[in-house]
Amino acid sequence: MNTANKKHTRLGIIFEFLSSMNFAITLLVAISFASVIGTVLQQNQPYNDYIIKFGPFWHEVFKTLGLYNVYGAMWFLALLVLLVLSTGVCIYRNTPTMLRDMQQFRLNVKEKSLRLMTNTQSWTSDKDSNDIDKQVQHYLNFKGFRTRVKQHDDHRVIAGMKGSWNRLGYIFTHAGIIVLCIGSFLDGSFGLTIKEWTGRIIPETRDIRADKVPATARLSPQDSLSFRGSISLQEGSSSNLVFLNIRDGYLVQELPFAIELKDFRVEHYTSGMPKSFESDLVIHDDQLDEPLKQTISVNHPLIYRGYAMYQASFGDGGSNLSIRAWPFRTQEIQAMDIKVEVKKSRVLNTLSGKYRLEIDDFNMFNIFPNTDEEKAATGKKFKNFGPSFKFKLRDASGVANEYHNYMLPVMQQGRLFFLSGMRGSVADQFRYLHIPADNNGSLNRFMAFQSLLHTSEKVKQIAKNSVKAAMSVANQTDKKMQDDVVNSMMNLITLFNQGGYIAIEADIKKKVPEDKQVNVAEAYVKILQNLLQNTYLEVLKQEGIDINKAVNNFDNQFYEDAVSAFAGIAAYGSPVYFQLADFKHRESSGIQITRHPGQNIFYLGCLMLIVGIFMMFYISYQRIWLIVKPEDGKLSLTLAGSGNRNQRDFANEFDQLAKQIVKSSS
Amino acid sequence: MSVPNEYMHDEMQSSFFKQLNLFDWIFAVLLVAGSIFAYQKYSHLMDGYEVGILFFTAASLIALGWLWKPMRALMFYIAVLSLFAINLYGADLAAAENNFFLKYLFSGQSATMWMSALFVMATMAYFIELFTGNAFTGKVAVAMTWSATAMGFIGLLVRWRETYLHGADIGYIPVSNLYEVFILFAIITALIYLYYEKKYETRSMGAFVLLVITAAIAFLLWYHFERDAAEIKPLVPALQSYWMKIHVPANFVGYGAFALAAMIGVAYLIKDSVVKRNPNGLVASRLPSLDMMDDVMHKSIALGFAFFTIATVLGAMWAAEAWGGYWSWDPKETWALIVWLNYAAWLHMRLMKGLRGPILAWWAVIGLFVTLFAFVGVNMFLSGLHSYGEL
Ligand code: HEM
Repeated sequence: MNTANKKHTRLGIIFEFLSSMNFAITLLVAISFASVIGTVLQQNQPYNDYIIKFGPFWHEVFKTLGLYNVYGAMWFLALLVLLVLSTGVCIYRNTPTMLRDMQQFRLNVKEKSLRLMTNTQSWTSDKDSNDIDKQVQHYLNFKGFRTRVKQHDDHRVIAGMKGSWNRLGYIFTHAGIIVLCIGSFLDGSFGLTIKEWTGRIIPETRDIRADKVPATARLSPQDSLSFRGSISLQEGSSSNLVFLNIRDGYLVQELPFAIELKDFRVEHYTSGMPKSFESDLVIHDDQLDEPLKQTISVNHPLIYRGYAMYQASFGDGGSNLSIRAWPFRTQEIQAMDIKVEVKKSRVLNTLSGKYRLEIDDFNMFNIFPNTDEEKAATGKKFKNFGPSFKFKLRDASGVANEYHNYMLPVMQQGRLFFLSGMRGSVADQFRYLHIPADNNGSLNRFMAFQSLLHTSEKVKQIAKNSVKAAMSVANQTDKKMQDDVVNSMMNLITLFNQGGYIAIEADIKKKVPEDKQVNVAEAYVKILQNLLQNTYLEVLKQEGIDINKAVNNFDNQFYEDAVSAFAGIAAYGSPVYFQLADFKHRESSGIQITRHPGQNIFYLGCLMLIVGIFMMFYISYQRIWLIVKPEDGKLSLTLAGSGNRNQRDFANEFDQLAKQIVKSSS
Repeated sequence: MSVPNEYMHDEMQSSFFKQLNLFDWIFAVLLVAGSIFAYQKYSHLMDGYEVGILFFTAASLIALGWLWKPMRALMFYIAVLSLFAINLYGADLAAAENNFFLKYLFSGQSATMWMSALFVMATMAYFIELFTGNAFTGKVAVAMTWSATAMGFIGLLVRWRETYLHGADIGYIPVSNLYEVFILFAIITALIYLYYEKKYETRSMGAFVLLVITAAIAFLLWYHFERDAAEIKPLVPALQSYWMKIHVPANFVGYGAFALAAMIGVAYLIKDSVVKRNPNGLVASRLPSLDMMDDVMHKSIALGFAFFTIATVLGAMWAAEAWGGYWSWDPKETWALIVWLNYAAWLHMRLMKGLRGPILAWWAVIGLFVTLFAFVGVNMFLSGLHSYGEL
């Protein structure tokens, strides 16, 4: 090529190497492979996760190789820079040739070389050479060729050329790649990486308030050309600080304006899937005469002063919850009303000691698919369990269980229950306690029943009455025996109150010889049932129900469910049942904020690339030559052509062209 | 300048527009009228971009029909039958069960089933022709491929309407989940193939190309019956965008063209290895020349590369709008880049003398696996922002 003279200088050799096709292909493949690594190995996770996964040795190796952030690693950057260099040198070397190609008609071709071409044809004619000249030019022009003629000493050359845009396509494509790479370098995180390397910034790793973050982890608006961070705003709050996540830590980026979140809305499909997320934002900026109001939603960002704000996520922004704490396992029936905010915690004094109540989350909707029977019964695909909240209850030693309580009683098998899920560790599923709701849909009867069971004097009285009644039926009056029976009944109820059926079972295992255990257990259950039933009747009586009539179905079922719930409380782990009484929903919106000054350069590069590719692929660069040479009173004609794309197609086209030209000139 | 001679008149008159016949113009007028009708009826539901996309699509379809005539008939049948089916639906989704035509032919799912059956039969017919040389079977194969393609398009168009019958707020263009794009993949690959089949006047590559379509159909059926994938579910907010309408189709021209190139690559490699041992054998004589296959492969990869470039850029622009950055090294994005670099390498290799022939064919075949991973593998194995369409 034109660089032959440079070949021997050192720069020439480097140029030669950089612009060699081999090198380009190698680079393309190398970048592919490097990119694969980044998708297979999860990027930018906390180091601890990697240590657990790979062990300390490989962790060090991978870390040193930069595999945890491949796309930010220096060697990856180097590959990209090499690609840009290689492409650049390619353009530099080829452009002059290409431009010359576009202009020069090569009017000095020799007949011999035409005859050596793949697409060539020769014939003779009796016509006038001027006529032929005109006709052929006219025809070629019509076919889209530009033409030139040159009269040599003994022959005339007609040269045609078309599709020179193809050559421009090459330049566009490859220059486009350079342009888009420059755009994306501007927007990449390399600036930050370099600042980090030189120690000018140190990411903060502690979870502290934004205004406490030291200057080494803060970036002013002028500091960063481009960034990508997020901000979480509660409804009604505003901020001008964006958090940029960097591996284990973060940086705080200041904005030249403040963003306020007025309102956040989620709409749902009937299936419960979210349909849209919208935030009403207000921008407060000294440069503005009045605050700028704009609603953003997914796919509809706000772009202001080069900063783009996107709807990214949402969560609870500190809803206010009013909670009634019902004590379990005590005769106390008075619920305590407390107020807490989501994501906050407070200390609670309970009968079984101090606890910390940590509210994790609040959900307005809990939508679940219906089973087939439910679908048939209700005609709906989904059901909504209504609001719920999640919390942890941490005891003095720091051990916590996690709970999930629904606000409203939920219909299950035709009965209403207050559901409360409990789990000891995040890895487990929630197991739900089913507390039956009374016929007012409230907890009152259940709590009254529980309270009575824990009021020993009353239970004792009930036990005595029932023993007396039984004995009088059997004409027994033995006072001592009566006391014994009552005592053992009280023992049983205490065991049950403390640990449900499991405690009674354990007691039997401890005290009764093995061969008698089954019989004893049966007898115990009968006695316990009797006592529980009589206590329950007492509860009904207190409600003003006439217990001399048969107990109705609902009350009967309630009894069964309540007793199951009592048994379940033993494993519930909380001395209190937290009922959500009221709430004031407050949401927060996660907004991603980015600044990409190189974006338009990037797009320009993309546009050049696309236009260039189509020009290169779909415009064929073709040349045609006709040499007309008088010989023995006749004209000897030689036609030849070349095309740079799709030799098969060009061969066909050439045949057509040749047919026409030969036909008209012979 | 006067025309002083006898150059063939039809040649001289052959300016593109003059070559168009009455049918071309009727076709164009119908398409324009159709899009104006759609605009009047639905413009209140569309934003400016979508109106733009509507008329751009009409213009592209007219161009396509003019450049490749059989497309006119295809579009005509698709339009008539889809409109017929949509009309049968009225406003009642239950018609899918009650109406004979919908239930057995033209509901979104029935049409897709017909497409599947026809593609599988077409594959067999192409193979029969390949082995027996029976030209009639070959013609049947071509007819079935065209019909399958039509049925696939009808299925998608009717499904489009069905999504809106599920609820005005649910409606979406059915190129939004893995089930739907597999249909798109099958019909686009088939169309590209049919184009080359006509252009090169050989049916002997059909068996190979239809094989990859059959594989896609097998997956589609598994996905349908095992995973209930045909069910219409509303879109997550991130997918509710006009970008979907241009990004996905552009992508699938790419995928389809790459898949086709890979299957031609397979044929190339078979012929290349057989022809030396047995130059006059069945395979060697029935398959097209190596040169021709190389040419088809190159054209197809070029087409795919051009459209895949557009698709990736559109994807970047969409990402900029939905996620706040045009490039985030999300696995799906990254794999798109890998596919793209891979075919860029292929195109450059072809420019080097020593690397042509079987090496390029191998590379095209491997390219299919890379493409396949970008297409489904990423959704299956890697997590990321594109976390929809999971298996
Ligand atoms: C991401 C990077 C690149 C892309 C996407 C790209 C794209 C293309 C495309 C699509 C073609 C047309 C191929 C064909 O006609 O079939 C092409 C041709 C070419 N490319 Fe690249 N290219 C890239 C990098 C490079 C580099 C680094 C070099 C330098 C060694 C290079 C040198 C060439 C040359 C010499 C041609 C032939 C042009 C001609 O004469 O028609 N390319 N390129």
